Amino acid sequence: MSLSSLVVPALLAAVAAIGLGRQVDVYGALTHGAEEGLTVLLRIVPSLVGLLTAVGMFRVSGAMEWFSQLLAPALERLGIPAETVSLMLIRPISGGGAMAVATDLIQSHGPDSYIGRVAAVMLGSTETTFYTIAVYFGSAGILRTRHAVPAALAADLTGFAASALAVRLFFGQ
Amino acid sequence: MAMSWIWGGMVILSLLFGAATGRIDAVSEAALSGAQNAVELSLSMAGVLCLWSGIMEIMRVCGLTDGLARAFRPLMRRLLPETSRDSETLAAVSANVSANLLGLGNAATPLGIQAARRMARGCGGVASDELCRLVVLNTASIQLLPTTIASVRAAAGCKTPFDILPAVWLSSVLSVTAGLTAAWLLSLAGRRRQ
Repeated sequence: MSLSSLVVPALLAAVAAIGLGRQVDVYGALTHGAEEGLTVLLRIVPSLVGLLTAVGMFRVSGAMEWFSQLLAPALERLGIPAETVSLMLIRPISGGGAMAVATDLIQSHGPDSYIGRVAAVMLGSTETTFYTIAVYFGSAGILRTRHAVPAALAADLTGFAASALAVRLFFGQ
Repeated sequence: MAMSWIWGGMVILSLLFGAATGRIDAVSEAALSGAQNAVELSLSMAGVLCLWSGIMEIMRVCGLTDGLARAFRPLMRRLLPETSRDSETLAAVSANVSANLLGLGNAATPLGIQAARRMARGCGGVASDELCRLVVLNTASIQLLPTTIASVRAAAGCKTPFDILPAVWLSSVLSVTAGLTAAWLLSLAGRRRQ
């Protein structure tokens, strides 16, 4: 048993116990809130259909490999190793795809190699940016996202360069 | 508009590259299966979304969200001053940040959505500075224990899968700082142009 698997059941039980202690209709509140969740879901579906259609097309079109080769020299100047450029390109658009690429890098280079460690830190310190943007703004009914996308991408690029830097700093390569 | 350019760019580039590399069949198939995946993904997250919305509602009725909001107010007052004035929105943001720190991605998204919906009220479809900041906080990972990637490393034969933690923390701090700084600078630049 791990500590993290205790978090969710313990939280549920605690909320239920406190609610009952305060004589609150916990079941009524739960179903009322859950109903709200369904209306949110309806607003997310259209954003996700748009995003995942484009992501699916982009991944199989071969555009990714071409961009990886094109961007590798520039990114190496930021200290990002060429082997991890494909991970960097897929990370913001597909969580599952990024996991597959990182797992492959970790297995083929070894988990304690420079590339293996950089891939792991990259995956651990970034998110699926476009998925998050689509879901948050889609559910909130936001049409003008203003500077959210460029700022989020600036955070991602910094995260990738910082991952390689941090691995060199802590493991010395 | 940013998302329109990115979406349009991806679709157009997919067609061009698909035609050039002779993978147009696969591209066509991927468009249709991508749309299907989106609905499947939405349905697969529906249960968790409803569950966490329900738990937040119980916490609200019990008055527990006030406590959570109070705990995070000192930090959030600086980061999201407008949002911090409404204790229910602040509670949703606080719950979202807590879930992110604990690595409960499944819980963080529904809680963040709830916060974003409250923050977007009455703004006419335009993202406020603070909503942009909340989104940047969520697109840059602030997870303390990246358990998924540690399990991948362990499966690949690593004896100390968590030895990357300091590197992950350093990288996370730098990327969140860069994102918030970029958001602040871009917002200033946008205002000056008007």
